[in-house]
Amino acid sequence: MSTPAAVAPGPTALVRRGRRARQVRVGVVLTVLVLVACGVSLCLGEAAVAPSDVLRALVGQADELTRFVILDLRLPRLETAVLVGACLGASGGLLQSVVRNPLASPDIVGITQAASAAGVVGMVWFSLSGVALSGLVLLGALGAALLVYALAWRSGLSGYRFVLVGIGVAAVASAVVSYVLTRSAVTDVREALVWLTGSLSGAGGDRLSVLAVASVVLLPLAWLQGPSLAQLELGDDTAAALGVGVERTRGLAVLTAVALAAFAVAAAGPVTFVALVSAPIARRLVSSGAPALVCSALVGALVVVVADAVAQFAVPGTTYPVGVVTGIVGAPYLLWLLTRTNRAGRGG
Amino acid sequence: MTQPRPTPSHPSASHTLAAEDLTLGYEGRVVVRELGLTVPPGRITAIVGPNACGKSTLLRGLARLLAPEAGRVLLDGEDVRALGTRRVAQVLGLLPQSPVAPEGITVADLVGRGRYPHQGWLRRWTSADDLAVAEAMEATAVVDLAARPLSELSGGQRQRVWIAMALAQRTDLLLLDEPTTYLDIAHQVEVLDLLAELNAARGTTIVMVLHDLNQAVRYADHLVAMRDGSVVASGAPADVVTAELVEDVFGLRSVVVEDPVTGDPMVVPVGRHRGPGHDRGPRP
Repeated sequence: MSTPAAVAPGPTALVRRGRRARQVRVGVVLTVLVLVACGVSLCLGEAAVAPSDVLRALVGQADELTRFVILDLRLPRLETAVLVGACLGASGGLLQSVVRNPLASPDIVGITQAASAAGVVGMVWFSLSGVALSGLVLLGALGAALLVYALAWRSGLSGYRFVLVGIGVAAVASAVVSYVLTRSAVTDVREALVWLTGSLSGAGGDRLSVLAVASVVLLPLAWLQGPSLAQLELGDDTAAALGVGVERTRGLAVLTAVALAAFAVAAAGPVTFVALVSAPIARRLVSSGAPALVCSALVGALVVVVADAVAQFAVPGTTYPVGVVTGIVGAPYLLWLLTRTNRAGRGG
Repeated sequence: MTQPRPTPSHPSASHTLAAEDLTLGYEGRVVVRELGLTVPPGRITAIVGPNACGKSTLLRGLARLLAPEAGRVLLDGEDVRALGTRRVAQVLGLLPQSPVAPEGITVADLVGRGRYPHQGWLRRWTSADDLAVAEAMEATAVVDLAARPLSELSGGQRQRVWIAMALAQRTDLLLLDEPTTYLDIAHQVEVLDLLAELNAARGTTIVMVLHDLNQAVRYADHLVAMRDGSVVASGAPADVVTAELVEDVFGLRSVVVEDPVTGDPMVVPVGRHRGPGHDRGPRP
């Protein structure tokens, strides 16, 4: 045991600074990548626009047609893509951290499915849109989350039970979607069908405004929870002994995650697998042993922007919904995760 | 006792911890029943008892991790339920039996987690935090491991890192739930020596649940023997530990001899097989 004067904080402070620097570096690189992807995406389209014209249009100096194409057609879609991706990435990061299980993503544990069910009911049966539709979707997601939380609760929250109960709730919600679709006329469900695969076509307007307001509130709220969630990952008892209000922290994180997922779903439908893959990628990049929520949101944004560009332009003449592309990328990851989970006995 | 234990050189531990008629349980199942306990400040207290006697539950109750069904826990004379989680965490630390290490976390970052209750709302890291972390890592001899991920370390190293995290919390009271489990005997002694040094150098009050009765006798100033959620005996180990007590608490026949190193009582179990001269014939 040494006296305080003899101890130099040097080596430990150095490790900490190195980790901080890495966090900042990853964040900056991801931001640049998102911006580049956005720039490329704005240039592409039925009529390609030169990068210089895109920039001019953004500051309001290009000719009227270019301004219309960039500002009215492409930008709202791009903004929706960025925000949907960021919300889903942060949502997955929060939920996976709080449940301590990489499978605990809103699109696996029934939250996205319940949001979809509520959305389909709202669109097909009540012809809702905008704020009303977002509200109903949020209610559906919250209901599912409460159900999963309550059923998985046994004097503590077990990650495995949470995921398993969630998969059950997801099945029920999917059944509701199928029921509504089969009971309605094909002409009434066309819009709902496109929305259900996760689509950014026709994004903008009311949907974008609601999403933007929700993001401005919820993303900083998620970011603020980072430190207490990092403590919670040490186990309930350790976290409580370190001064974290365990139930309060967990409740707030789940609510935030559900709200983020719900608003993303309301804006673009259930864009699958984005929430599942973003946080693990971000965590691996940052490698700090803490939930990298900012980077998760950035990875989510990057994934959706790139996936949407691929969906629109990869096959000339055909435009797919963005959810098809994220699904093609995400499904193999899910399979890999499941095999790994069994082998390593993780996830409890 | 032949060698009197040295009194702590810093009898500055001003915080007191006590339980009054404490009843603890899970979902109606009572585990600890109307238990009274006063932790001697500045000393090492060891809690011993058979499996499932409520040792760990008592520790969780003392650290405010479990709400009592009846009775109360008093920290400096105040009911811990009336104090905030953070207020408690500033004076009382607890290391659970199996804390979880997040994937990829480095030793320095994990030890830094101990600073949480002392940081403000924005979690700004200060040089005081750096110093506390460095000191804790120095005391537990893990400075050289600072940049290594926890997953690469051996069990003994890992346990030292967890203790460093609890030390970085800088609490006058430190509760540990079986800090020697999963360690080989050399590392067990190393961890217990470390805690004894901590107690001697800083006057930190230590309360630990121990499995090994002889280690408890060796390292504790105050021994608490539990059975079925109640305290059966408590006091200085030399006064408390007898063959009758071991029979009573663990249901085990034993012979209590003098520890050849310290002169304290040492418990040697009798068992039903392998009596004297067992190595001279075939095993039964």
